[in-house]
Amino acid sequence: MTGPLAVLLWRGVRRGYAGGGATLVVVFFLLAATLFPFAIGPDAPLLARIGGGVVWAAALLAALLPVDRLVAPDLEAGVYDQLAVRGQSLAAVAAVAALAHWIAFAPPLMAAAVIAAGLLGIPAQQLLLVEAGLAIGTPGLAALAVATAALTASLRSAGAVAGLVMLPLAVPLLIFGAGALSGGASALKLLAAVSLVLVAGAPFVAGAAIRAAME
Amino acid sequence: MSAGAQVGGIEVAGLAARRGGRIVFADLSFSLAAGGALRITGPNGVGKSTLLRLCAGLLAPAAGTIALDPPPGRPPLGYLAEAAALDGERPLAQALGFWARMDGLSHPDARVAAALADVALADLATVPVRMLSTGQRRRAAFARVIAGRAFLWLLDEPTNGLDAAASARLEVLVERHLEAGGMAIVATHLPLRLPAMRTLAFGTRP
Repeated sequence: MTGPLAVLLWRGVRRGYAGGGATLVVVFFLLAATLFPFAIGPDAPLLARIGGGVVWAAALLAALLPVDRLVAPDLEAGVYDQLAVRGQSLAAVAAVAALAHWIAFAPPLMAAAVIAAGLLGIPAQQLLLVEAGLAIGTPGLAALAVATAALTASLRSAGAVAGLVMLPLAVPLLIFGAGALSGGASALKLLAAVSLVLVAGAPFVAGAAIRAAME
Repeated sequence: MSAGAQVGGIEVAGLAARRGGRIVFADLSFSLAAGGALRITGPNGVGKSTLLRLCAGLLAPAAGTIALDPPPGRPPLGYLAEAAALDGERPLAQALGFWARMDGLSHPDARVAAALADVALADLATVPVRMLSTGQRRRAAFARVIAGRAFLWLLDEPTNGLDAAASARLEVLVERHLEAGGMAIVATHLPLRLPAMRTLAFGTRP
């Protein structure tokens, strides 16, 4: 990675952790995960059985939370104008934004998943599969979040629309991530494939969307 | 574009801009050599900012060409727009330092400090950007342009929010930039007192 993009990455990571952004994601994730025991009742074997899927659903919802902070503030502040004037490719800028978002988003989420596993009584074997799935799936989720943020950046009610755009596209991650809990290695491979497609494609979508929003 | 002896310039030929399906201006031509400056005047909405965004490469022209020929080893463009593009929660010097590092220039912190002294903001280097007033933020954004040492400065209403002293200082800084072989295109209503400056009056719709 060349100099300017490394500078940009560092800025993105710093902004991701600044202002309690990571804390917000973790708390929301744990709240969403604890809603299920309240709804289903204190049935320990049942919770242990569905716990992995609950963690995945909660992770997806938590991934929505930072979307409105990823692109819109920089678009409004003219940051993308200045980057484009300096000859930076907006697709590369979006790829760096996705990487920075992943660094700020995935480790806290994966740590919180351990806590959620304790709350839901998920067995260690299942927890390992959940963590492996999150490690593989979160890069795709981060890239999708940046693309969604770029597509909705110039909309007024961006937060609501972002959910409508992002959640359907994230369903394959959910299916294969939760599927890995019973399906094992083959589901993890499919999860990796989906994640890879998102990581490879989303920066170009995001770059084009930012370019269109700048006009 | 230019012969070897030349130290750069910009050549705009037959330029037309379309915004929202409407032609804003058409058949605009001008050229500027190193050391030259162009002031763009005209009523609101006549396309001054659009012209600057075209020159900055942020918009694609509907017709015509813009050929910028910067001297080697110098960043081609410095762009001062309405938005300051400085992170509000960061101290001023560090927010500017980010852009100095993006420019990949040597001694970014020293350049930022010198640029802040130029715009008389050295005292506020440690103050978060969001605490600055409108005029101070404008000067801070201008400090970014100074620190970047780009060849062509594109300044969109640079005197907006500035007091008389700051406007006078801006003239001095632009003149220093021109004397150092730079160029400037400035959209402003104020008559900047610069000897090398020509004026392009927008407003007669083609």
